[in-house]
Amino acid sequence: MTPSILIFFVLAALAVIGAVSLILQRHPIHSALSLIVVMVALAGLYLLLGAEFVAAVQIIVYGGAIMVLFIFVIMLLNDGEEERTNFSKLATFGGIPLAVAIAGLIAAAIAHSTGDLPAATANGSLTSSKTLSMLIFTDFVYPFELTSFLILIAILGAIVLAQREN
Amino acid sequence: MNEFLSQYAYLIVPIIKIAILVLVVLTVDAYLTWLERKVIAHIQARWGPHRVGPHGLLQPLADGLKFIFKEDPMPANVDKVAYVLAPFITFLLAFTSLAVIPFGPQTFTIWGYQTTVGIADVNISLLVLFAITALGVYGIALAGWGSNSKYSLLGGLRSSAQMISYELSLTLSVVGVLLIASDFSLRKIVEQQGTSGNGLLSWNIFPQIIGFTCFFISAIAETNRVPFDLPEAESELVAGFHTEYASMKFAMFFIAEYTSMIAVSCLATILFFGGWLSPFPASWTFTFYLPSVILIPFGLWVIFDGIRYENIFGRILLPGIGTILTLLGAALLLFPQVNGIVQGPFWFFAKVFIFLFVYIWMRGTLPRFRYDQLMSFGWKFLLPVSIANVILTSAVILWRTRQ
Repeated sequence: MTPSILIFFVLAALAVIGAVSLILQRHPIHSALSLIVVMVALAGLYLLLGAEFVAAVQIIVYGGAIMVLFIFVIMLLNDGEEERTNFSKLATFGGIPLAVAIAGLIAAAIAHSTGDLPAATANGSLTSSKTLSMLIFTDFVYPFELTSFLILIAILGAIVLAQREN
Repeated sequence: MNEFLSQYAYLIVPIIKIAILVLVVLTVDAYLTWLERKVIAHIQARWGPHRVGPHGLLQPLADGLKFIFKEDPMPANVDKVAYVLAPFITFLLAFTSLAVIPFGPQTFTIWGYQTTVGIADVNISLLVLFAITALGVYGIALAGWGSNSKYSLLGGLRSSAQMISYELSLTLSVVGVLLIASDFSLRKIVEQQGTSGNGLLSWNIFPQIIGFTCFFISAIAETNRVPFDLPEAESELVAGFHTEYASMKFAMFFIAEYTSMIAVSCLATILFFGGWLSPFPASWTFTFYLPSVILIPFGLWVIFDGIRYENIFGRILLPGIGTILTLLGAALLLFPQVNGIVQGPFWFFAKVFIFLFVYIWMRGTLPRFRYDQLMSFGWKFLLPVSIANVILTSAVILWRTRQ
C-alpha cells in the first residue's frame, strides 16, 4: 500500500464520518464542527490530486469564511439542542426505499465497472494557479463575471431584508 | 543502518526538523514573555521580574513549572468537546503556520534527501498560511462558546467578528506583493526582492508602503494584541474567551498567542523586508562580519556587567552566558564557512526580533480601541485603502509593461 493511498483512505474516512456526524449530532455547533471536518478532509483530497490552489481556496473560503459565519450566527443566537421527533410518514415510506435504491445503484455501477478507473488528470493543465486564472479571465470571463453579479444581487437582497422598515 | 536512513530520509529528516523548530519556538515563546514583562516594566519605570535568577532570567522556567503543576478544573455545564478541543486547535494551528516559512536561502542534503532551511517548501506557501489563519478563529470561538460563561461568550463573539473583519484587509494588503513577485511561494517572493543586488532599496516595503501599513495593522488585529485585544479586555470581560481556562489549557492559549506573533513577524519580514537578505548592497563585503561584530561586544558587556551582580549565582551565570556569546562571535570570525551559512538566518531573525519588539513596545504605549471604533476602522478605512492599493499597484505594473 503506497503512502498516498493510505492518506486517501484516512481523508475519505474522515470526510464520511464528518458527514454522518453532521446529520446525527443534536447540537447545531457540533453539526457545524462536523461540516468543518468534511471541508478540511475534502481540501486534503484535492491536495492529493495535485490541485493545490483549489485545496487552499477550499479551506480559505469554505473552511474559513463561510463556516466561521455559520458558527458566529449559531453562537449569536445561542440556540440549544434540538429535539428528536418521530420521522414523518413521507420520510419512512418514501425516503428509506429511495436511499436503498440509490445505494444499490452505486453498488451496481461499481460492480459493473471493468478494470481500473481512469486516473484523475493531474497533468499540470489545471493545477497551476497561473493557468487557472488565465482560463478564468480569458475563456470563461463572461460566466465568471455573471457569477459575481449573482453574488452582488444576493448581497443587495440581504441588505434590503436587513434594513429596518421606516 | 545507513541504508535504512537513506530509504526513510523523507520521513526522518522532516520529523527531526519539526522537533528542533518546536523546541526552539517554545523556548523563544518563554523568553518573549520575559522580554515583554521587562520592556513594559522599564517603559512604566518599574523593574519587572528580578527575583527568580539573575535579572529574572529563570522566571519563564518557574512560570512553566507552575502551569504544569496547577490544578486543571473543568467548570460545570461546559460543552466538553468544545472546551477541551479549543486550546488544542489554537495551539496546533499556531505551530502549523510556522511549517511553510523559509528561514534561509540554503538547500542541503542529509542522507541523500535534499531539504531546505524551514520545514516545508511549498509552492503555494502564502495561501497555506492564509488558510491556517482562516481556521484560527475556531479555537477562540469554540473556547468562548464552550465555556458556558457570559464573559467568555462575549469575548469569543468579539474575537470572531474582529478576525472576520480584519482577515479581509490582511489578505488584500499582500496582493500588491503578489503582483510584483507573481508567485505564491514565500521563497520566490524573497528571491525576487534580492535580484537587483541593491540591498535594502529593492525590498517590497518601498513600492508597497501602503500595503505594509494595512498588513501590519490587520496582522496585529488577527493576533489579538494591543491595541486590538478587545476579546480579552480585562476591564470589561475579565479575561475574555479564556476566562474559564486554567493550568496547561490556559498556557496553550498563551503559547499560541506568542507563536502567532512570531509567525506574523516572519511573514512581514518575508513579504516586505527581504526575508533573509542583507540590507546592504552586495558589493559591501565587510558586512559579512556583522554577526561577530554584534556578538563579541555584547558578550563582553554581559561578562563585565555580570561580575558585579549582587548575588553569587548571578556572578556565575551571567559571565557564563557572556563567555558563550563571545566565543560564538569569535568562532564565526575563525570559520568563514560557518559565517557564510549563518548570514541568512542572522538577518532573518534580526528583522523578526525588531517586529516582536515593536509588538511589545505598542503594548506598553497604546490604549485599547473602543469596539465600534474597531469595527468602523476595519471596514470603512482599512478595507477601502487595501483595495485602492491593489488597483494602484496593478495600474503601475500595467503601465510599466505597456511602455
